[in-house]
Amino acid sequence: MDIKVRGPHPTEAERLAVDAVLGQAVSAWAGGKRDLGREGRISLLGGSEARAERHLLLPALHAVQDRFGWLPPGAIAYICQRLTIPPAEAHGVATFYHLFTHQSGAPIHVHVCDDIACRHTGGLDLLAQLKQQHTGSKVVEIHSSPCLGLCERAPAALVLRSGKIPQGCAVGHATSDTVAAALPADTFPDAGMDWLLATVPQQGQPGADLALLTRVGRGDPASLADYQATAGYAGLRASIALGGEKTIAEVTTSGIVGRGGAAFPTGRKWDAVARATDPVRYVVCNADESEPGTFKDRLLMEGDPFALVEGMTIAGVAVGARQGFLYIRGEYPLAIRRMQGAIDQAVAAHLLGDNILGSGHDFHITIRRGAGAYICGEETALFNSIEGQRGEPRNKPPFPVLHGLFNQPTVINNVETLANIPLILRQGGAVSAALGTPGSKGRKLFCVSGHVARPGVYEFVFGITLRQLISQAGGVPGNRPIQAVLLGGAAGGFVGPAQLDVPLTLEGTRAIGASLGSGVVMVFDDSADLGDTLARIAAFFRDESCGQCVPCRVGVTRQEELVGRLRHGQTIGSPADELALLEEIGQVMRDASICGLGHTASSALQSALRLFGPGILAEKHA
Amino acid sequence: MNEPEMWYKAPPRPTLIPLPPVRATKPQVELTVDGQTVRVPEGATLLDACMERGIDTPTVCFHPNYTPVNVCRVCVVELEGARTLVPSCSRLAEPGMVVKTDSPRVKTSRKMVLEFLASSVDLSTAPELLARCQEYGARPERYGPPAPPATDRDSRAAGHHHEPAGNEAQRVAQPVKIDNGLYIRDYSKCVLCYKCVQACGDEAQNTFAIAVAGRGFDARISTENAVSLPDSACVYCGNCIGVCPTGALMFKSEHTLRAQGTWDETRQKQTDTICGYCGVGCTLTLHVQDNTIVKVTSPADQDITRGNLCVKGRFGHESIQNRGDEPELPA
Repeated sequence: MDIKVRGPHPTEAERLAVDAVLGQAVSAWAGGKRDLGREGRISLLGGSEARAERHLLLPALHAVQDRFGWLPPGAIAYICQRLTIPPAEAHGVATFYHLFTHQSGAPIHVHVCDDIACRHTGGLDLLAQLKQQHTGSKVVEIHSSPCLGLCERAPAALVLRSGKIPQGCAVGHATSDTVAAALPADTFPDAGMDWLLATVPQQGQPGADLALLTRVGRGDPASLADYQATAGYAGLRASIALGGEKTIAEVTTSGIVGRGGAAFPTGRKWDAVARATDPVRYVVCNADESEPGTFKDRLLMEGDPFALVEGMTIAGVAVGARQGFLYIRGEYPLAIRRMQGAIDQAVAAHLLGDNILGSGHDFHITIRRGAGAYICGEETALFNSIEGQRGEPRNKPPFPVLHGLFNQPTVINNVETLANIPLILRQGGAVSAALGTPGSKGRKLFCVSGHVARPGVYEFVFGITLRQLISQAGGVPGNRPIQAVLLGGAAGGFVGPAQLDVPLTLEGTRAIGASLGSGVVMVFDDSADLGDTLARIAAFFRDESCGQCVPCRVGVTRQEELVGRLRHGQTIGSPADELALLEEIGQVMRDASICGLGHTASSALQSALRLFGPGILAEKHA
Repeated sequence: MNEPEMWYKAPPRPTLIPLPPVRATKPQVELTVDGQTVRVPEGATLLDACMERGIDTPTVCFHPNYTPVNVCRVCVVELEGARTLVPSCSRLAEPGMVVKTDSPRVKTSRKMVLEFLASSVDLSTAPELLARCQEYGARPERYGPPAPPATDRDSRAAGHHHEPAGNEAQRVAQPVKIDNGLYIRDYSKCVLCYKCVQACGDEAQNTFAIAVAGRGFDARISTENAVSLPDSACVYCGNCIGVCPTGALMFKSEHTLRAQGTWDETRQKQTDTICGYCGVGCTLTLHVQDNTIVKVTSPADQDITRGNLCVKGRFGHESIQNRGDEPELPA
């Protein structure tokens, strides 16, 4: 490929930042200070060799953003040369993610959540306050952000400090003071153990039956010894003793289905990959948890990282994969640190890497960091993102079990699904299968937030009703009546006070036309402005659509405009016309979009309109 | 007078002309389209099956020579057993499939997709698409009056945007990009079908001067950092113009004549000839209006070019009509 790189030459610092990821340039021209102008702008590696490294594009862009707080064109041009990537494509990838900055600016970026959980708990005020405080600042830049996955500690902010040692931290219960305190280097307000405990309100409560969350908040998440002392790695040992086929049989027996929202049987997925004729396979863990209101995966990674490593290792060994990728959203700096620490310790203890526990199996895990794109939680978009392409979903079929990452057979599972695996192998699939209801087996994590006394992640055996869950979370503060509950996040739907006795199972929620999704339970009391929440959801999809297919790209835009018209009472034609149009927009997105984002982009809005009628959208004037 | 003796005698014509080798016939797939049985070779798409039956299927992003990107979603059909509609351009035919191409769901989706395009994109130079809009009853005016053109589309960041009031329909409208003497880019007319990116990339030219940048409604075709074409990797082969379905990419000569109001396809004559620049022998179709070449294309089904040309064949025709009397094209 004869690519033409015409960007400015990289500075020494830019070159070093990129080399930190790609290694020093190895070629006949390498060594000593290079004079690219004299040598001609040619790739430094051989073409096909360099192109095989395309998956390093996103890590390289991250390295540059982390070092300078933005993406200088010289650094991008250098990355393009190193990896033989056409600059236009690199530009296309870099502009796809909202954590990348394209203009020289401040070294510290603060992302303040203004999404559905945070906007009514002070997020909007905080955003305005910080924006005003840092107007014209050359040090701090304030951005509004979609859900940061800290809904139990709303409002939330994320501080990303660039520099020679880049750092990131999340600020829960953020105020302008706590954000200011998190600006200096080496401050990590998110790293303490006490809030881990606070996020699992059931921890230590009498009668609480915790299996997935049992270690969270109790053991040191950075200690392999603590993990092993609490039955850690018993699952992997059992799995190695059983062998791949029987391991998959146990998983199938357990009846576990994907916990990311799609509820596909995990055992069937693994089985299909294990049976694939192609020997090169991958295991990918989808930790791009971006669904507004979801924070269970973050908690698992921050509070019990070894369980995920163990689950991925079991998957890798069982399906015969040698390489795993853990794709964590860029908004989770602590989870990334904890997971990297766990992976390093597991490798040192021969629980990961070559010849795991002397079994002859090899399995490696590489962490990939997202850069701010909800769509990358869609499995095929995630593959494209890892591969260094734009995070646009692929058309299915073909399915990932045969044509997944790098077009190879791939197991892709959610964090919670994989965290269940060690448990299933330790206890046997039948134990897990005996729990729950016939249609929903095992345990489920629920992300409870909004107007409840004790927001957090709750673990229950399938079968609990919504009313019971809310009462476990302490009910609505001040005993105010519940106006609505959002199940499944922005891609889910609202249920009303009359539907609180719905069992939170796959079949139970389906029966009332709702969906369990990723386990979001966001409670809105009668004081909440649901119209504003709906407008935010419409804006969220407009922000996060990848723009690839027409129904979604234009549909989410038209939907947001229509919500705006209904909110401001400026309808085109009668309100009934507008509602009919909204229905049609929803239908084409559901029927003709490529991926789940488009399919569900209207579901929350439609459910609320069905429950409350169009009046719910009208602007409230307090 | 005796004729001089022939010093060379051609060999007699062979009487046995070898037949071409027998091609292995592909196994056939039998499926049902609109209640009728269709047989297509294995590997054929549902669109092929529709064509086989003579069912007229609208497409925008489909190009017969390229790998389907299935992004426009206007060719969707209803497949029994599938939760959503499926794009016929890329979905392979399987035995026993039951496909409906005229169900209410299909019609609604097609109408809405066309309506979405017509309400956000200037289709004035895409007569086929406008005809489809009419055929499916698209009413783009339902979304309100068009919003004014934007000048910042090339620099819009992914993520948060300014929330619209909703009283006007946002469009991709923006100023025309005229940065070279050969062709213009009017992205107000861009439906984002990806065909130009494919043509510039590994489907044809392997130059990779353009790619899709940005996200969502702000997604756009862009060079690196949105630099002008002369500063990009563009080699001016014009293959992107050849595949553009809406006239967003256009010969500068055509753009100029259209601006003057003198572009008139009824007065144009198309003449096929062979490019004389090198030995490849590309077929050129010269579009001539008033004895002046106004555009050069190549047939997409031509064996040698597959519709592609290089800068010389596409644009290098000034010399053959250098009569000294043609109107000066404004720079």
